[in-house]
Amino acid sequence: MDIHEYQAKELLSEYGVPILPGAVAYSAEQASFSASELGGWHWAVKAQIHSGARGKAGGIKLCKTYHEVHEAAKELLGKRLVTHQTGPEGKIVHRVYVEVAEKFERELYLGIVLDRKAERVRVIASAQGGMEIEEIARTAPEAILQTIVEPAVGLQPFQAREIAFGLGLNLKQVSRAVTAILGAYRAFRDLDATMVEINPLVITKDDRVIALDAKMSFDDNGLFRHREVAEMRDLAQEDPREAEASLDNLSYVGLDGDIGCIINGAGLAMATMDTIKYAGGNPANFLDVGGGASPDRVAKAFKLVLSDAKVKAILVNIFAGINRCDWVAQGVVQAVRDIGIKVPLVVRLAGTNEAEGRSIIASSELAITSADTLAEAAEKVVAAARAAGASGSAAKA
Amino acid sequence: MSILIDETTRVIIQGFTGDKATFHAREMIAYGTNLVGGVTPGKGGQRHLDRPVFNTVKEAVKSTGATASLAFVPPAFAADALMEAADAGIRLLCTITDGIPAQDMMRVKRYLKRYPRDERTLLVGPNCAGIISAGKAMLGIMPGHIYRRGSVGVVSRSGTLGYEAASQMNALGIGQTTSVGIGGDPINGSSFLDHLMLFEQDPETEAVIMIGEIGGPQEAEAARWVKENMSKPVVGYVAGLTAPKGRRMGHAGAIVSTSGDSAAEKAEIMRSYGLMVAPSASQLGATVAAVLGGASSRR
Repeated sequence: MDIHEYQAKELLSEYGVPILPGAVAYSAEQASFSASELGGWHWAVKAQIHSGARGKAGGIKLCKTYHEVHEAAKELLGKRLVTHQTGPEGKIVHRVYVEVAEKFERELYLGIVLDRKAERVRVIASAQGGMEIEEIARTAPEAILQTIVEPAVGLQPFQAREIAFGLGLNLKQVSRAVTAILGAYRAFRDLDATMVEINPLVITKDDRVIALDAKMSFDDNGLFRHREVAEMRDLAQEDPREAEASLDNLSYVGLDGDIGCIINGAGLAMATMDTIKYAGGNPANFLDVGGGASPDRVAKAFKLVLSDAKVKAILVNIFAGINRCDWVAQGVVQAVRDIGIKVPLVVRLAGTNEAEGRSIIASSELAITSADTLAEAAEKVVAAARAAGASGSAAKA
Repeated sequence: MSILIDETTRVIIQGFTGDKATFHAREMIAYGTNLVGGVTPGKGGQRHLDRPVFNTVKEAVKSTGATASLAFVPPAFAADALMEAADAGIRLLCTITDGIPAQDMMRVKRYLKRYPRDERTLLVGPNCAGIISAGKAMLGIMPGHIYRRGSVGVVSRSGTLGYEAASQMNALGIGQTTSVGIGGDPINGSSFLDHLMLFEQDPETEAVIMIGEIGGPQEAEAARWVKENMSKPVVGYVAGLTAPKGRRMGHAGAIVSTSGDSAAEKAEIMRSYGLMVAPSASQLGATVAAVLGGASSRR
């Protein structure tokens, strides 16, 4: 789960990472009022969307007067901001962060990630802040400082010190950077984060060390023990169908194709999508209904898939392990009757009680095409989508 | 032969008396697994499914001689249960639990390393279907009846895709020695590599199919080992060709975040190390049949 910059700063500052005074605003009036309350001479008005590279996309405005703050917020709020991380559809700005602006001397990079290969937490830093770490890794890999954290004891001060000296800081700056690095690590560890990125971490003329931007991502599996973090979730920043699916504990990812997919198991779901592609079609979504594909969940899954207007045919592929095909078949038949599915439907049932499941589908007298194998299912659904597309106005080649 | 478990392996279940654990314990017993008891703190001294219940894993091990455990423990308590099993000397530990925080798994893996290598617990999972040695025993939640004895080892991150592979092989008359689900989380107890090493040593296993997915470096690492050390043919497959970058595809670990994470890149790496890569998930069985060549007709 991702959160906004202002939320990440709020959390990091509780762990001793210095930030500048700032306030979130949902309207232009609130933004200019906040600027007057915060004090200072200059303010940055920053679009709050779940994406980096907002500056280049025009999402950060530097303002010299309350009026400019008002105008900047007015311009940003409600705007669809497209960065190279959001994809072409962009993300809508519903909140801005008004922050006191200060001059700084240097921009550094600080990142903390869960390293899957090392199975450890890795702290990454670079003297070239303000750039994306991927770019630094490409252009100047030697400028990247790294250290791996021993999980039994956590990040040690000497490790933070090595990084701070490695960044070429003076003594005063080193001790402050160590505080910031250790604080960011503790926030990462205590809150079950998977990523903390402070880019840039800036050094002011009077040797202060400040997180000018902040990004945090969290392990969804850890949210149950951090209610304060879970409540920071902003559904408006997520794809509406994906957000709705997650509220029903279904995992859904929308794609560009026209074949809706309902499958049990994440691996089988991905593999089924690949098989559709292999057969010449294009999947419209990833959807894992999970091990217990109950009639209720199957019905929800159908509604979700059908809410995508691009869908021309649906493939249900269930390999029943702990659940039973006959049970899944009843759910499918029930859903088709209740929802009134208008697009062609191909169902492949395998595993426990597959014969019973198939006979339920066959005897339902509904227009459902059965398939015995994955290959057959993919071929049939691709053919069905093609036929449906050809009968529509815009047939694809 | 088979790897990890057979009908003689003494097995306990942690979280034994829960509903799900009870259901799967019955299935495991029916399949032939030597289930010798279980652990539920606070229910020690009771009997469940005609087997003893213990308060701690240490007591269970002492009294039953168990060497393997299946942990059916909710995510919040799973790390604790896994460390308890390791401390009690359980050698093979499997957990089905989906939803264990990644940092808990990091600590569990660190904890397992406190024991010398030859006494160390092998952890399978989390978020997996478990282990089955066809026709002998199972430590997991898979439908036992879809496996048949044979000569192919299966190791898969996904549970249902492992079933798919077994059923395609069965349709071609090819059976399995052992099938292992290593799980879909970012940090697994054991990797493809750990199990490939065991399959290489198992005299009955003639070929292995390794079923990966997007995200993480372990398929590439395993493929390199195959090239350098493995005498048996290995079939590879990587699910997620159609997965977009940066999106989590169901499994917590199934996300393309850096170069080398995508299905196409992993499949290419596998090919470059000499693995035969199944072109599609519908060709898993056929590809295994091709590498076995004439050997499959022996059954």
